[in-house]
Amino acid sequence: MKLTEEQITRYSRHILLKEVGGKGQKKLLNGRVLVIGAGGLGSPIALYLAAAGVGTIGIADPDQVDISNLQRQVIHFTADVGKAKVLSAKEKMLAINPELNVVTYQSWVTAENIAAMVADYDFVIDGTDNFAAKFLINDACVLAGKPYSHGGILQFDGQTLTVVPGQSACYRCIFPEPPPKDAIPSCSQAGVIGVLPGVLGTLQATEAIKYLLGAGDLLTGRLLTYSALRMRFREIAVKKNANCPICGEHPSITYLKDELDAVTVCDLGH
Amino acid sequence: MNLTVNGKPASIAADDAISVSNLLETLQVAQREYVTVELNGDILDRDGFDAATVRDGDTVEFLYFMGGGSL
Repeated sequence: MKLTEEQITRYSRHILLKEVGGKGQKKLLNGRVLVIGAGGLGSPIALYLAAAGVGTIGIADPDQVDISNLQRQVIHFTADVGKAKVLSAKEKMLAINPELNVVTYQSWVTAENIAAMVADYDFVIDGTDNFAAKFLINDACVLAGKPYSHGGILQFDGQTLTVVPGQSACYRCIFPEPPPKDAIPSCSQAGVIGVLPGVLGTLQATEAIKYLLGAGDLLTGRLLTYSALRMRFREIAVKKNANCPICGEHPSITYLKDELDAVTVCDLGH
Repeated sequence: MNLTVNGKPASIAADDAISVSNLLETLQVAQREYVTVELNGDILDRDGFDAATVRDGDTVEFLYFMGGGSL
């Protein structure tokens, strides 16, 4: 593959970077990233991956755009209210960068469908809002050996961790089991400052791009927490947990199953 | 005794050791039933909070579920 004249111009600020260059830009163009959730986190993730020229971007979300989403989900516009989020997102991504292949999945991820989805991609990003999906994404990626970025936000706080299965701590190393249903408030109940997913989602997109480039150090073995109110980032070192139920020494989870108790932890759609 | 809790120095009214369960109570840690506790870099089993002992100079991190709200 040779970059066209237009591509050289479009990606010139990337190509100038020694960590990217023409070679790295081709890696991005050949890269495949799956973004699960086209909401607060998914919006900046999808927009930046599209702008960066990640050649194939999958985007999964079952919902339609609601007017209460627009305060933070910057990929969706007022005129999109009522439209499927994945279609609204795809339109904006292709408007930025028409040469991309955007694959939409207008469905929630389940134990039945996630393995086949994840298999098609190099890197997965969790931009979901509920623990059932977060644990399922972790399990699917760990079992498939697929690197992924975890992200979570609530009110003014966020956290993110990159998982390289087998090498670094996974989500279950830190949180072995989901919290009971309704134990932890969701953003629809507790609120979220609109700029917060912009910060966290952009960090997650950065990890995907670095992974495709093979540049720098990933956010593995470190849970990064962000407090918007205090404007403070912290890193907490997290080791692989020998008792982890999926990547520990004696895993109890060997196949995918839905965490039914956690499925309705969030009020989806708002 | 003196600990480092979530990156900050913390003084605890205990002589030289306290169980993790007692520490959670003493500090009135939020979401005590769900919080993950990391002691000196190791994640503790939830059912080991009574047995695990925190000593002077230890480093403790409380890690919280953050579900999101991105959809």
